[in-house]
Amino acid sequence: MLAHPSCGVSNNRYTKMMRKSFPFSAIVGQDEMKLALLISAVDARIGGVMVFGDRGTGKSTAVRALAALLPPMAVVPGCRYNCMPGQAVCPTPETHLPGKASAPVPFVDLPLGATEDRVVGALDLERALGAGEKAFEPGLLARAHRGFLYIDEINLLEDHIVDLLLDVAVSGENVVEREGLSVRHAARFVLVGSGNPEEGELRPQLLDRFGLSVEVRTPQDLKQRVEILKRCDAFERTPDAFTEHWSKAERKTLKRIAKGRELLPSVTIPDDVLTRASEICMAVGADGLRGELTLMRAARALAALEEASIVTQDHLRRVSPLALRHRLRRNVLDETGSTARIERALETLFAA
Amino acid sequence: MTLPGEMPPDVLADARLAARLCAIDPVGLGGMSLRGGGELRDAVIANLVAAMPLGAPIRRLPAHIDEERLLGGLDLGATLSTGKAVSRVGLLAEAAGGIVVIPMAERLSDSVAAPIAAAMDTGEVVAEREGMTLRSESRFLVVALDDASEADERPPASLRERMAFWFDLSAVELSRVDLRAALQEVAVAAAPVARSHAVALEQVIPPADVLEALAVTAAVLGVDSIRAPLFALRAARASAILDGRMAISEADVALAARLVLGPRATRMPPSPEAEPEDAEPEAPEPPPPPPPDSDSANDSESSEPKPLDDVVLEAVLASLPKDVLAKLATQNARRGPQSRTQGRGEKRRSTTRGRPVGVRAGIPRGGLRLSLIDTLRAAAPWQRVRGAQSGQVKVRKDDLRIRRFESRTEATTIFAVDASGSSALARLAEAKGAVELLLAEAYVKRAQVALVAFRGQTSEIILPPTRSLARAKKSLSALPGGGGTPLAAGLNTARELAEAARSRGRTPFLVILTDGRANIAADGTTVRQRAEDDAEAAARAIGASGIAAAFVDTSQRPRPEGAKLAAVMGARYLPLPRADARTMHAAVKGAQDVT
Repeated sequence: MLAHPSCGVSNNRYTKMMRKSFPFSAIVGQDEMKLALLISAVDARIGGVMVFGDRGTGKSTAVRALAALLPPMAVVPGCRYNCMPGQAVCPTPETHLPGKASAPVPFVDLPLGATEDRVVGALDLERALGAGEKAFEPGLLARAHRGFLYIDEINLLEDHIVDLLLDVAVSGENVVEREGLSVRHAARFVLVGSGNPEEGELRPQLLDRFGLSVEVRTPQDLKQRVEILKRCDAFERTPDAFTEHWSKAERKTLKRIAKGRELLPSVTIPDDVLTRASEICMAVGADGLRGELTLMRAARALAALEEASIVTQDHLRRVSPLALRHRLRRNVLDETGSTARIERALETLFAA
Repeated sequence: MTLPGEMPPDVLADARLAARLCAIDPVGLGGMSLRGGGELRDAVIANLVAAMPLGAPIRRLPAHIDEERLLGGLDLGATLSTGKAVSRVGLLAEAAGGIVVIPMAERLSDSVAAPIAAAMDTGEVVAEREGMTLRSESRFLVVALDDASEADERPPASLRERMAFWFDLSAVELSRVDLRAALQEVAVAAAPVARSHAVALEQVIPPADVLEALAVTAAVLGVDSIRAPLFALRAARASAILDGRMAISEADVALAARLVLGPRATRMPPSPEAEPEDAEPEAPEPPPPPPPDSDSANDSESSEPKPLDDVVLEAVLASLPKDVLAKLATQNARRGPQSRTQGRGEKRRSTTRGRPVGVRAGIPRGGLRLSLIDTLRAAAPWQRVRGAQSGQVKVRKDDLRIRRFESRTEATTIFAVDASGSSALARLAEAKGAVELLLAEAYVKRAQVALVAFRGQTSEIILPPTRSLARAKKSLSALPGGGGTPLAAGLNTARELAEAARSRGRTPFLVILTDGRANIAADGTTVRQRAEDDAEAAARAIGASGIAAAFVDTSQRPRPEGAKLAAVMGARYLPLPRADARTMHAAVKGAQDVT
């Protein structure tokens, strides 16, 4: 799959051999996951997406495809912190070169074995040993700035690294105080985690930090399954022709995201929708303000995505399961899944 | 090797054929998981090696491998002597274009399996360590050798999922196989197939009905993952190529479905005409398929053309051993979580991971990690004495500092639940409820929970140590009740589990829920007195091993036996005659906090 396009530091040789990514628009079914990803692409502040699901449901494919779909972003040449031109505030402005440059949207695949120093950044080994200098070597968080940070099987990641990631994901800033270094830099990214609840779960307090969550299942519909096979096979055999065939649809999706981002600041939420949002949260028993806030942001992003200037009840209703599902207080003696509980609450509320 | 009737399909021949298919499409097929089989496996691997291009690397991956060796890392010696960061590639990168053999794959920890799985997905090995990024292109085949003795021990699911072929060679009797002949055959027949055919791979275009047949078969057999039919498709393609054809034939599809989908089946097809149980004395049971021969499926078919998916499904059904079919038929779609990931259950938290708490002098090896800044700090005062030039640091061995990490010991709570008839069913429901409540709490604290049930003649580990609420709930709800009370067996199983947890560095806590009325002895006999003696001996063993425990007496009128057993095992005695799930939970929690 598409590797990390922005990181030609130690491996220029391999970035050239980058493989094509499966087109986002060609993914069959999985509408909820695609919607959640698009919403978070429109408004990164929503705080990441957690994907629950069985193996072989196309979780990683979808996330990687979205990152590959997004248009290149403008960057400051020479900057190792993915600074945006005009807003350069990174710790090393002296490395900035004049001129213009663009880079693909970063997609950082966090390996499970990654150490804390590699994630947050650490002392630059070479300069420390060679020149005796104390310099900061930016980590994965810096590299993911303005892009995606993807963690497959997040439930297997060390707890303290998960804590750290969520912290940065919410604050948008990475603060490093270690090894005698004191550095802070911007790190705004969409955190995407995936995991299979059968293999151990995330602590609820971590789960709550994710903005949206989706549950993916293998499509049971035969036609869909055949279609998946067909497309995977076509992509494998003739990747160029396949991506070409889908390029129009990809451009359309891209346009939607761009339009959505543009519209987002001007989308308004009427009072009755706000009231309804609180009612939903109360009805399902979602703890805390975070749920309500995410619910509203997600509804707004969805409206923007659909080129509506006002958030409607319908928008709210459609994002409710995404924004709230993972925030319900767990009642172990209740067999009903959280999705069903939300659906039930929505039924009664919207019927009234 | 042909024996009539009971002879299972020739697994060995299948496995060897699969090996050759793997060599044709290593990227697409991922590899194979071989269970049991001893020397037979060597024949399969020999096939694979012979079929791969000459000089393809083969690497054995020990289960205890550390991440540095697996993914690559810093070459410390070279780094210190040159003053520049020098990296060293890991085993996965070394295996590029070749084979990674994983012996004892069932012992492989998830944290090792996950990066291997990631590398298989992306074709690239990435290590992020010690302030540097190592990245190398690597595509390899995985051969997982599974030596598990327990039926439910398996290589990590994340890995199995990415391998097209799963074979159980343990059923093949060595005496029936002429091993030497098999090995000789390899030398003669298997020229490297990979190189001569690799080009043709993308030119083989599967017709629509092939895709449909595979999708239908997978769905009918309850195979959920979309990877499975995709693997089957690639296997069919490789089979055609192996035969020198450009078109996928019916036989290719049948073969692929049999090899890939068969072992993944989780349920019987619902169709009425496919009832292999009844059909078994008759002929249609498989003639052990001489696999490379593409005509075999056609022969066994009647002259009337059938839809392809029927043909494929039949091929799969014919290949499944009968006991598997019977099992699938009875348990139907209830795919016990057992069959999936458990095996080595828990992650072991070593002192090499976690939150750093300090440094000490030492040599970074065996997973211990260098603390660079402290090493430099230690070396700094000596630079002048050591005659270092400016811009150069002279570091000696005794300057090296390694990081220490906080190692939390985590709790494993083991429930031993009396599911006998005397513990009335209502009590069982309450015990289940209490277990669920404790589990919900355990998963907040990241502790583990295990469940042992005893009823009838024996005790059984219903749930090995886990943190998964989903799995625990499933196995709890499936727990039946009734029968005698083999208390001794239950206590022994619980103790063994606790000792195993302790040897993995965890803190076990036993919770025993029973009415204390043992009536089945350790050997399964129903002599009451012996049963009670055995139970007492088992309780004493728990006491001797010093495992913290709580004994919940669930009988309607608590009697002295319960208290006595609790005393012998050094457990807190909690008579809870009318407790519901919540009070039971509160009581056990209280006991645990005290101990």
